[in-house]
Amino acid sequence: MTTTAAPEPGKKTNRIGLEVITYKGGKTTLCAGCGHNAISERIVESFYEMGVDPQSVVKLSGIGCSSKSPAYFLGGSHGFNAVHGRMPSVGTGAVLANRKLIAIGVSGDGDTGAIGIGQFVHLMRRNLPIVYIIEDNGCYGLTKGQFSPTADLGSRLKTGVINDLPPIDTCTLAIELGATFVARSFSGDKKQLLSILKATLSHRGTCMIDVLSPCVTFNDHDGSTKSYSYVKDHDEPMGDVTFVPYFDDIEVEYDPGTTTEVRMHDGSRLYLKKVAEHYDPTHKAQALRLLRETAERGVFATGVLYVERDRPTFVDLLNIVDEPLATLPLAKTRPPKAALDEIMESLR
Amino acid sequence: MAPSNVAVHESASVQSTRRITNDFSIHIATVNGSGSQTANLVLLRSIFQMGVPVSGKNLFPSNIAGLPTWFTIRANKDGYIGRKKEVDFLVAMNPETAREDVMSLDPGSAVVYDEPLKLDALRDDLVFYPVPFDKLVAPVCPNAKLRKLVRNTIYDGIMAKLLDIDPAEMEKALRKQFGKKVKAAELNQGALKAGWDFAEANLTKRDPFHVERMDRTHGMILVEGNAAAAIGCMMAGVTVVAWYPITPSSSLAEALIGYMREYRIDRETGKATFAIVQAEDELAALGMVLGAGWAGARAMTATAGPGISLMAEFTGLGYYSEVPAVIFDVQRVGPSTGLPTRTSQGDILPTALLSHGDAKHVLLIPSSVGEVYQMAMQAFDVAERLQTPVFVMSDLDLGMNTWMSDPFPYPEGPIDRGKRLDEATLRRLGSFGRYRDVDGDGIPYRTIPGDGLPPYFNRGSGHNADGKYSERPDDFVNNLDRLARKFETAKRYVPAPEILDEPAAEVGFIAYGTSHWAALESRDQLAAEAGLKTAYLRVRAYPFTDEVAAFLGRYRRIYVIEQNRDAQMRALMRIDLATELMARVRSVLHYDGLPIDARSITDSVLAQEAK
Repeated sequence: MTTTAAPEPGKKTNRIGLEVITYKGGKTTLCAGCGHNAISERIVESFYEMGVDPQSVVKLSGIGCSSKSPAYFLGGSHGFNAVHGRMPSVGTGAVLANRKLIAIGVSGDGDTGAIGIGQFVHLMRRNLPIVYIIEDNGCYGLTKGQFSPTADLGSRLKTGVINDLPPIDTCTLAIELGATFVARSFSGDKKQLLSILKATLSHRGTCMIDVLSPCVTFNDHDGSTKSYSYVKDHDEPMGDVTFVPYFDDIEVEYDPGTTTEVRMHDGSRLYLKKVAEHYDPTHKAQALRLLRETAERGVFATGVLYVERDRPTFVDLLNIVDEPLATLPLAKTRPPKAALDEIMESLR
Repeated sequence: MAPSNVAVHESASVQSTRRITNDFSIHIATVNGSGSQTANLVLLRSIFQMGVPVSGKNLFPSNIAGLPTWFTIRANKDGYIGRKKEVDFLVAMNPETAREDVMSLDPGSAVVYDEPLKLDALRDDLVFYPVPFDKLVAPVCPNAKLRKLVRNTIYDGIMAKLLDIDPAEMEKALRKQFGKKVKAAELNQGALKAGWDFAEANLTKRDPFHVERMDRTHGMILVEGNAAAAIGCMMAGVTVVAWYPITPSSSLAEALIGYMREYRIDRETGKATFAIVQAEDELAALGMVLGAGWAGARAMTATAGPGISLMAEFTGLGYYSEVPAVIFDVQRVGPSTGLPTRTSQGDILPTALLSHGDAKHVLLIPSSVGEVYQMAMQAFDVAERLQTPVFVMSDLDLGMNTWMSDPFPYPEGPIDRGKRLDEATLRRLGSFGRYRDVDGDGIPYRTIPGDGLPPYFNRGSGHNADGKYSERPDDFVNNLDRLARKFETAKRYVPAPEILDEPAAEVGFIAYGTSHWAALESRDQLAAEAGLKTAYLRVRAYPFTDEVAAFLGRYRRIYVIEQNRDAQMRALMRIDLATELMARVRSVLHYDGLPIDARSITDSVLAQEAK
């Protein structure tokens, strides 16, 4: 619940005067050590640090372990736990009804990659303003450990069953379909995930983040390429991602090597420090090539992989009035009698 | 070229000295995609303009072009506008179906046909009017490519002359139909005149059917049910619409898009006070509607049977987590792909109970275009008041055919946005719990994202009265019982049935939706032909209000008339009403995909009464 009491003197608050505790949710019921819990913590921190008003946030989810997590962050925000694989449509309706809402959608690799693949495709195409997080562990945790469509070829379940279908790469798919901000991270990489989340809060459009989030119970064993140990060993970050919010006014100096400045709409600047040669996050073909090349090496490119700043959002395309549709008065939504008379006349 | 140059031999075998005025059906058989729809509507409109009650029903194939299509115009001075089984006047323009069309006629019927088809050889008990369409169209349409389209307008001129339709009215109807397309109007007007002139010079009137000016359509409009629904939604202040194309509901969404673009653009900014999304499928469409409704917008979708099936899961979520939504079901024939261009009332039972688990939904059931308009507006009020999905059960016959109506009245009253928590109510209540039954009517208060009031987590999983996750048995029972209580409360907000009591009668009719028109006519047939008087109750909503049970109690035998195989409305009545009352109930069922007609009802009732 949103605290209405004034913070005690000495307590740390953000730019809108709220403490970080305001951004927390209920106690998690996920397994101890679950990657999703770390993601929830980063969401709390990023929204706090960016000074987002919880009353403007809507948190959405599908069905699965990942989809339970919205109860564990932003307790002061409205939430909608939808049906399996269909959260994008609910999010679309909510944002159209009130364009001032800040939407964050949490999904899983089954919720998005299997039953939800259709709605995922169209959400990426539309560029709806939403932060869409896939908490990706390559398995179905809530139904006790079946493979999901992102499970690696050859990976093995605890029961010994081997996956013989190639995995869906949601990042490649998102970029191909037109998503304007695509990133990948790892639940155990606090610094990178936090920076990415903060960057999404300044991006106008769909932000898709594939967060590798090992399932300690069903997937964290040697056969999986999504286990803690495997990812730590093979993780290839796309460079340090340090997000500099506009209002913080921090100056940072970087080592030699090309630096790409990406300007966000609210004026804040995102700096990408390149570790890989000639990498340009605004170059779609290059992003796709990178994803293919790293995938072929069994490596995860992490970081902000693709950004497109100036594409109109779905809300722009629909040319809706600035005030939320949900609260427009009847005077604005019921045409006058003259309009009805005109229609009747045309039908005589 | 003077019409007399193309005179043809007509059959003089059948003549009639009878005169039947303003009481006939015209059945026009053409090929779809040939422009016949325009010609059909011109003919319909001409008769309407002469003050005669009319209806126009399209029997079209599930196809874009090239297959047979029929249009039936019924003119009736007494206002019987339901489908008439018998065809009085056939216009046979389709070689493929011409033979069967002619063979299905009753003796004494009339046939206008394309002369080369030589249909007069088939029977000697009909009135034949052969017309050389190809010879007539060439002089009036120099552009050979357009002849196929213009050809049909010739039969308008023929029919006008044969039936005594005022040619000035027909020209007025034609110009209205073509609107701003002046060149096309001129071209077709030429064809019309060619038909009229030919008939005048070459055809001797030998059938009994006439149109005479009367005054029963003054001030009325002609409109399709889907357009009426669209107008109603717009006047209700709908702001978010999500839809997926499907016959026969697409024209509802498309009409709405047209009207909204015209009348709902904010003058100052030029921006839209609405969002209309063509979703990727029906599941997504309802998902968007629920997301919007949850966020406080008036949201709707329109679909047909297959879409309803897809919407089952989300409907259950809307029911259980209590989110307002308006869904139009323009019913067609199922199951499965079924007959996409035919009508039925086959979704009543599945939709009333849509979703796994225990769920019951409000249905609003219109019988006329005026009622579709009213119920569209009412659906939004009821959905927001009850915080639940509400279904408006239209059908293809109502949605896609042309109906007469008094002009739609402007809605003067306030709208009902339901129990929305505000600061004052929060102070009065002390605290907020999303699913608390604070007033005893089963309806809780709700807050919406962005209103600054206490938030909640909307979920389909078990929850307690405060909206918190719960698997407790008592929480679940309390919640489900409250939803049942809410459904009882719904009876206060849905339209009551329309009742025509008949104190001396033993028999009562129950009908709903478009069966209404045939039911009315059948009652008059039974009274006139068999001396059988009947009472009549027209169901307009589910849940059933108390009047329905009371009606059953007043009559010995009740016939529930419906357009489906499994007597779905009767099944719904069985769930809710006392067994003793239901023992009096019988069924009249019609499910061939054609709109139900009075004669079929009359025959069925008489057969059952005889037992």
